[in-house]
Amino acid sequence: MISPKLVEVGRHINIELMTCSEVESVEGESGNFEVTLVNHPRYIDLAKCTGCGECALHCPVTAVDSFNMGLDDRKATYIDYAQAVPLAFTIDTDTCIGCGKCETKCMAQAIRFDDKERKTTLNVGSIILSPGSQGFDPSGLEYLGYGKYANVITSLEFERILSASGPYSGHLMRPLDRREPAKIAWFQCIGSRDLSEGANKYCSSVCCMYAIKESVIAKEHAGSDLDCAIFYMDMRTPGKDFEKYYNDARDKHGIRFIKSRVHTIDPVPGTGDLEVRYVTDGGEMNSEIFNLVVLSVGLQTSPDVIRLANRLGIELTRGNFCKTETFEPVATSKQGIFVCGAFQGPKDIPQSVVDSSAAAAAAGEILSTARNTLTRSKEIVPEINVINERPRIGVFVCRCGINIAGVVDVPSVTEYAATLPYVDFATENLYTCSQDTQEIITQIIKEKNLNRVVVASCTPKTHEALFQETLINAGLNKYLFEMCNIRNQDSWVHKNNPELATEKAKDLVRMSVTRVALMEPLKEAELEVNQTTMVLGGGISGMAAARSLARQGYETHIIEKSDRLGGQALNLFQTPEGEDIREKVSLYIDDINNNEKIHVHLNTTITRVDGFVGNFESELYSKNEKQILKHGVAVLATGASELKPVEYNYGKDPRIITNLDLDKKFIQKDPMLKNLTSAVFIQCVGSREPQRPYCSRVCCAHSIQSALELKRRHPDLNVFILYRDIRTYGEHEYLYQKARKTGIIFIKFSLDNKPEVTLQEDQLRVGVRDHILNRPLEISADLVILASAIVPNGDEKLANFFKVPTNNDGFFVEKHAKLGPSEFATDGVFLCGLAHYPKPIDESIAQGLAAASRAVTLLSRKNIFMSGTVAMTDPAYCSSCGVCISICPYSAPSFIPDDDRFFPGRAQINPVLCKGCGLCVASCRSGAIHLKGFDNDQIFAQIFSVNEVI
Amino acid sequence: MEEFEPKIVAFLCHWCAYAGADLAGVSRLQYPTNIRAIRVMCSGRVDPVFIIKALKERCDGVLVAG
Repeated sequence: MISPKLVEVGRHINIELMTCSEVESVEGESGNFEVTLVNHPRYIDLAKCTGCGECALHCPVTAVDSFNMGLDDRKATYIDYAQAVPLAFTIDTDTCIGCGKCETKCMAQAIRFDDKERKTTLNVGSIILSPGSQGFDPSGLEYLGYGKYANVITSLEFERILSASGPYSGHLMRPLDRREPAKIAWFQCIGSRDLSEGANKYCSSVCCMYAIKESVIAKEHAGSDLDCAIFYMDMRTPGKDFEKYYNDARDKHGIRFIKSRVHTIDPVPGTGDLEVRYVTDGGEMNSEIFNLVVLSVGLQTSPDVIRLANRLGIELTRGNFCKTETFEPVATSKQGIFVCGAFQGPKDIPQSVVDSSAAAAAAGEILSTARNTLTRSKEIVPEINVINERPRIGVFVCRCGINIAGVVDVPSVTEYAATLPYVDFATENLYTCSQDTQEIITQIIKEKNLNRVVVASCTPKTHEALFQETLINAGLNKYLFEMCNIRNQDSWVHKNNPELATEKAKDLVRMSVTRVALMEPLKEAELEVNQTTMVLGGGISGMAAARSLARQGYETHIIEKSDRLGGQALNLFQTPEGEDIREKVSLYIDDINNNEKIHVHLNTTITRVDGFVGNFESELYSKNEKQILKHGVAVLATGASELKPVEYNYGKDPRIITNLDLDKKFIQKDPMLKNLTSAVFIQCVGSREPQRPYCSRVCCAHSIQSALELKRRHPDLNVFILYRDIRTYGEHEYLYQKARKTGIIFIKFSLDNKPEVTLQEDQLRVGVRDHILNRPLEISADLVILASAIVPNGDEKLANFFKVPTNNDGFFVEKHAKLGPSEFATDGVFLCGLAHYPKPIDESIAQGLAAASRAVTLLSRKNIFMSGTVAMTDPAYCSSCGVCISICPYSAPSFIPDDDRFFPGRAQINPVLCKGCGLCVASCRSGAIHLKGFDNDQIFAQIFSVNEVI
Repeated sequence: MEEFEPKIVAFLCHWCAYAGADLAGVSRLQYPTNIRAIRVMCSGRVDPVFIIKALKERCDGVLVAG
C-alpha cells in the first residue's frame, strides 16, 4: 500500500533522502536553523547500488533478521524488504566477517569497506519531527512468559508471520514447531493502560483495531475453522468504519471477544500449547488451552527519541510523547519545530497521515515567503516531431543483475527482439534503471534516431516514470514508450522453468513491440490553477484550513451558512485538558477577521457549482443576493451536529439533558448545577446502535471531563457513568484513571440491556444492571446527561455539486481511508472536520491544516498537466445515447450544448476530468470513443501478437 | 503427442490485478508460465470484443482481473 508513496518520495526532485543519519544538534531559531547530522556509514555506495541482491546471495554470514522480528535470518549485507526505498543494501558490520565476497560479486562496484562516519550540516527554515514509536517490550512482564515460551509472541511478530514477504511466506504457523495453530488468543493492553512499574499508563489507541484485523486475516489465511479469541478490557474502535469492522469480526467471522485480563499462562508440557487462566467479570474462574498467544503490545517513544527531544529542548508529556496544545496540534514547544505521527501520541495510519499533512502546512506557513526559492525544476528538452515517421524501435532488455538473467536467457531475448518488425536496435543492460544507463539510453536514442522505446525489465508501476523521463531528456514524447514486465511477472515467478520463462519473455517483448509501434505522441492538457480558495464551513476545522491557506499567501473565502464563525466549538465548555474552548475559539475568530486575505461570507449558502479542479465557479446565495465566486480549490468543512435523543425520556424533563446542554449550563453558570446530589451519564446514546453503527469518538472523554468538572465543584456529588466500552484513547486515558480515583462510578451495560430512565412523582430514577454484581440497580438522579451521537449535517446537494460521495452514515468519503484522509477522489476538493467523521478539536484543527496542505500542493504548481492517456470522442460516430455520461465515475463526458455549431447533442470528454480508465470506451455502442495510449488498435495489436504469426 | 499447454491472455487492471501480479513476483510465488498479461487502466476498459478476438487469435483462455 505504501510502496507508491515510497517510490514517489524517493524520486522527488525536491526531496533529499538522507538515510543512516541522525540529528546531533540544532542551533538557531525558527526560519533559520542549523542542523548537524551524523551520517553513519552504509558501506555500500547508495548512488551505485541497484538493489539486485547479488551481494547478499554470496554473503556467507547468517544474521538475525530484525525486520522480521528475529523470526527469520538474513545475511550481513541486507535490505529490510524488497520494496525498500532507497533500494540499496547495507552492510551490518556487527556481523560482517570482512571476507570481501560481496565486493568481488558486486557488478555495480558499490561496496565501500572504507566508508566512514561523516558529519553534515543543513540550513533549514523549519523542522518536522516524525521519529515514530516502538513496540512495547513485554519481556519485563514475567507472568506472560514472553521469551520463555516460544509460542507466546508479540503482535508485531504475528504481523510478520502473516506477511507474504515474511519469515513463513504468509503461511500461518507458530514459531516453536512450525505447526498451523488451531486456536489463537490475543491479549490486549500489553504494556498499555497498566499502572504497574515498567508499563505505560496511557492507551496505545491502535491495538484493539490491529488485533481484530490480525484475527480476521488469520482466519482468511487458515480457514474459518481457526478459533480466535481476543481478551480485552474495553474494545476501543472509535475510528471511521472501525466499529463496523469490529461488529463484522464478531458476527460474521466468529471472532470471540472475552472481557477479561488473563492472570496466568502455563505451558502444557510436551505440546507447545499454553493454558491461560482468567476471571470473568462475574467472578467465574476459567481456563482454556491455546496453540498460540499473541500479545497486543502498545506503542511507546523509544529512548533514542527521548534523548533527541532533550537535545532539541522539546517538552514531552507524561507518557513521553511530544507535547502539543489543542489549538496548535502539530507545533512542539519550540517555535519552528513541528511534529507528526506516533511521536505526538499513539495513533493509527489515517491520523498520522492527517498530522503529517498538517505539519507540512504549519511548516509552509512560516516559509511561505521563501516558497520556490530553493526548489529545483527539470530542464525542458524540446520535443522531436515523430509524426508520419516510420517506427524505429529501440529495445532494452534488462538483466537486473541475476534477477532476470538468472532465469531468462537475456541474450536470446535480445537477439529475438532485434528480428521483430520496426526494431532498429536491441541491447541488453546489466541494470537498465541505473543512472549511467539512463545517459546511455539517451545517447542511443539520439545516435540511432529512435522514435519508440521498449524496456523489458521490471514493472511500470515503479519504473515507468523513470524511463519516461529518460525519453523526455532525449527529446521524445514520453508516451512513445512501453514497458515489458519480464521480472515480477516472469523470471521471479517461473524460477524452475527457465526455457518456458524465456519463451514467455519473447512473447511479452513481441507484444510490447507491436504495441509501441502504434503509440503516438500525446499531449497533456495544461491547466491554470486559479489561486483563490473556497472553504465551506466556518467551524474550527474550516477556520484552521482557511487561516493556513491565507498564511501561505492564498486569497481565501469562508462560506458559512449561520450568522457567525466558530461552529460547534462555540457550544463546548472545556477541552479534556481543561482549557477554556470559547476563549481560544474567539482568539481564532479574531485571527480570521484580522487576516486581510480571508473573506468571510456569513449567512451564505451555495446554490450551484460549475467547473473542475483549478477552475471552479460557485454561486453564493445570501439574503436574496447571488454572487459568483471563482476558485481553484474547495475545502469542505461542513461539520456535524449533536443528535437530539429520542430515548431515555429526553425532552420530557429539564433534568434530562445532553452533553452539549450540560456544557451550555457550565458556560452560562446555570444555578441548577448548584444543588446536586447525584448525576448519571449515559454513554452511546444513538451511537453504536443498529441504525447508527458508528462510534462518535469524542463522547467518552467529553462525559468524563464533564463528570470531573461536576465532581470538582461538588466533591460529595455521586457521579455515575453508564457505558458500553470506555474509549479514552491515547493520553485521554489519564482522565479515565483520574475519574476512577476521584470516585466516579463506572457501570457497564450491554446493547440488549440498556439503562432505563423513569420519572416517578418528580423523582428521576435510572435503572441499570450492574455488570459485576449482576444485579439490577436503581439510582436516583438530579441530573441525567446523555452522551448523544454526532450526526453529519449531510448535504446531498453539496455532495452532488462537487461530485463527492457520502457513506451510509452521511459522512463524506475521503479519497483513501488510510493514505488520503483529507482529500476527495475528485481533484481539487478537500475535506476536514466533523463532516469526515466525529473528532475532537485538536484532530479537527489538524485535519483543517491537512486539507490546506493538500490544497497547496495543487495551488503552488500554478499550472498542472493532466495525463495524456485520456479518452476522446469522435462526435461524427456518436449516437447521443448517453451511456458514457452515465457510466463515468468522474463526470468527464457531457453533451455538446444544443446551440453549438458543430455536433450539438453529441458527447464530448473533458480531458482534465478524465482519468483514462476506459469505461466509456468499452461501453460505447458506436465505437465513437478512443482511449489514447490504450486504444483498440493498440490492445488488438497486443492480442494479435500473443502468438507468433505462422 | 506433446502435452497441451494452453496460452492464456490476462487483462489486468493497472491498479489492482497488475499490482497483485507484481506482488506475486516480489513474494516469489511460483505459477505456470501460460499467462500473457495485457495491462489496462481499468478492467472496465475490457471490451467483450477483446475477449472474442483473443480466442480467435488461437488463445486458449482469457482472464479478466480487476
